[in-house]
Amino acid sequence: MSNTTTSKKTPAAYNYVDSRVGFSAALKRNLRKVFPDHWSFMLGEIALYSFIILLLTGTFLTLWYKPSMTEVIYNGSYIPLKGIPMSEAYASTLEISFDVRGGMLLRQIHHWAALFFIAAMVVHLLRVFFTGAFRKPREFNWLLGLALLTLGLLAGFSGYSLPDDLLSGIGLKIASGIIQAIPVIGTWALYFLFGGEFPGTEIIPRLYSIHILLIPGAILALVTAHLLLVWTQKHTQYPGPGRTEKNVVGYPLLPVYTAKAGGFFFIVFGVTTLLGALVAINPIWLYGPFTPDQVTAGSQPDWYIGFLEGSLRVMPAIEFNIFNTWTFSPNILIPALILPGLMFVLMGAYPFIESWITGDKREHNLLDRPRNAPTRTALGTMSLTFYILLWIGGGNDIIATTFNLSINSITYFMRVALIALPPLVFIATKRICLGLQRKDLEMLLHGKETGRILRLPDGGFVEVHQPVSEAELPKLLARETYPVWELPQKVDANGIKTPHYHRQMLKARISAWWTKGDLPIPSAKEIQAGQHHAYEALEQASEFGVKPGKEEIVSATNH
Amino acid sequence: MAKFRRNRFASVLVLFFALGLVSIGFTGINKLVTPAAAKIGSEETLVDKGSALFAEGCSTCHGLNGQGTSDGPTLAGVGAAAVHFQVSTGRMPMAAPGAQVMRKKPSYNEAETLALAAHIATFGPGPAIPSAEQVNEWQNASLAEGGELFRTNCAQCHNFAGSGGALTNGKYAPSLGLATPLQIYEAMITGPQSMPIFSDKTLTPESKAAIIRYIQELNKSENPGGMDLGRVGPVTEGLVLWIVGLGSLIIFAVWIGARVR
Repeated sequence: MSNTTTSKKTPAAYNYVDSRVGFSAALKRNLRKVFPDHWSFMLGEIALYSFIILLLTGTFLTLWYKPSMTEVIYNGSYIPLKGIPMSEAYASTLEISFDVRGGMLLRQIHHWAALFFIAAMVVHLLRVFFTGAFRKPREFNWLLGLALLTLGLLAGFSGYSLPDDLLSGIGLKIASGIIQAIPVIGTWALYFLFGGEFPGTEIIPRLYSIHILLIPGAILALVTAHLLLVWTQKHTQYPGPGRTEKNVVGYPLLPVYTAKAGGFFFIVFGVTTLLGALVAINPIWLYGPFTPDQVTAGSQPDWYIGFLEGSLRVMPAIEFNIFNTWTFSPNILIPALILPGLMFVLMGAYPFIESWITGDKREHNLLDRPRNAPTRTALGTMSLTFYILLWIGGGNDIIATTFNLSINSITYFMRVALIALPPLVFIATKRICLGLQRKDLEMLLHGKETGRILRLPDGGFVEVHQPVSEAELPKLLARETYPVWELPQKVDANGIKTPHYHRQMLKARISAWWTKGDLPIPSAKEIQAGQHHAYEALEQASEFGVKPGKEEIVSATNH
Repeated sequence: MAKFRRNRFASVLVLFFALGLVSIGFTGINKLVTPAAAKIGSEETLVDKGSALFAEGCSTCHGLNGQGTSDGPTLAGVGAAAVHFQVSTGRMPMAAPGAQVMRKKPSYNEAETLALAAHIATFGPGPAIPSAEQVNEWQNASLAEGGELFRTNCAQCHNFAGSGGALTNGKYAPSLGLATPLQIYEAMITGPQSMPIFSDKTLTPESKAAIIRYIQELNKSENPGGMDLGRVGPVTEGLVLWIVGLGSLIIFAVWIGARVR
């Protein structure tokens, strides 16, 4: 329809551009591309917009920042540091904060936007995980997302270190310790990265190149690939009326989503600017310049490194000396390198592990409701519990002083809780999911309970049930069950050994655990009977001349 | 009347009445006695006045002669500065034993505190209360040097902005927000609780003055960047980000994502 109107009255400007650029046909097709509508699909957008804010404000900061560890005597306008020797990097950050017009605001916006960037990626990841959006055909995009998250963490840490203030210097010192804990090559790796001993004079300029060139470039490339895949694979959607695995129900990109997304960009920019203007972040002038002989209580990283801080703090101090010559430090190696490595490998492998267990190799464009994949949801909340406990462990000193607790007790509690709480959360989540499934099943088989009791003239009582509306029905019907793999026989009837016996055995056991407690899917007949059952009370009542309510008439006509 | 006497609530009522009488009487006697004791004290010298206050408020735990008991350490040699610090910050007399004595509203006024300090100083030689000139030297000290000394000597426990920090087993370095210049000076020379003593050889009087100057500057609470979130570092920043920042963005997303009807 819109095609015919535009071809009738093509504006001169449009023709001018199109005759020179010449992809109006492709553009027209793509601008009408349909996207589904749901607030949770906008979480990734927050990350994208934060990244744009980071590029804009970051460019501004590079105009004044000096990536140099050359010692200078501060002579700027922040009096409490006047005459103090410091690196040029720190002095120029002070200059940005106090002597450059708008510098403080832009520095703070940059830092808040960095926190937003990673936080938005994390919630986006959680949405994708809990709705099963990582399933075929989107496994690669899940991996791209993880790569982006890793790059985000590196961007954050490298940027956090650039001001060369006391807090970030302590962070770098911890990082140098972690690098040294790598067996065999630790010391060499440290010298390689720092260009000598810690802190040296090389690390800030090196981190600067990585922070403003390498990482943003890589993020830009991967974001493009990430979005291209969303474009070509089309966006997933929640089950709903008219929504199938083969279509996308929603609004076109132009004008609806250009307006929504454009508006949302300004909202994200606005909230970030408000925070930057009103709330101090990383007050480096209070931290002071980094010198290796100083340290401050409450040394913490930004939130996204908090889980590593926690794992380091909670880990018992185990350290060996091999032949009194080589130090081997599992107390650093396990929490700071092996644990995050394991976390990311598990996250990356998850889509493949799940499809191996369920045997599901189909394409999925309809999202799962978290309750309909109880084991996955429970694994997710379990991992989230572990992660949040690590956060708490990382802030143990602040929690201790805030709530008058002993820091030692918090640490001991965390050691137990990290192992004991996640399984409990797993069990609780699975029970809740199955409970919700049961509720859905109840609605399908008996209709919605209205709480309206009718007393029949013969003395009997009946409750009026309302049939499930057309809009809700697809949602309730979206659940699937997966087969349980049969336990393999070691030797078949002809006495031939089963190939991959142990692998099949493992798969059978895991799939039995995976599907444990799954409710049966009702047949179409049962559902029909169930929906009809909803009317029984009314029918019975009307036989005695009881008039149905307004809502019931509506649903009766639907019926 | 006889009927009332046999009522089942009668005995309870009588008991409460008797208790009430006793407590009113006790309060009255207490009121009569206390001013008399105070009157006697004001006529004595500083040390004697302190001695009376000591016997009343401190000796239960520290012993009648400050020799210490199982409930409190000896006070021989703690010096007047330590007494003045502990009592003027309200830490002594302490409310309850625990990992650490907390700062609270002082129980004694300045004159009583000085009297207690004078009395306890007689138990054995210890650091005296620094003079007004010594303390007020901070007004002439270097701010930047104070900051450097603060970050080197104090920040590791009291945090970069003097907001305090956790120590082991429930102990903590308190916030310096309420500490007066005199109290900071006394703390440095007496090392209360977990704090080390900074003698004049470790930190010269000029250095002490500079540190006090820097803490005074910190306590002015000027925040060029906006709300300071308690000046405890990135933990509160992360909290604000997740709750206020991301919370409000998600509310906006729900608003935008809501279906237009």
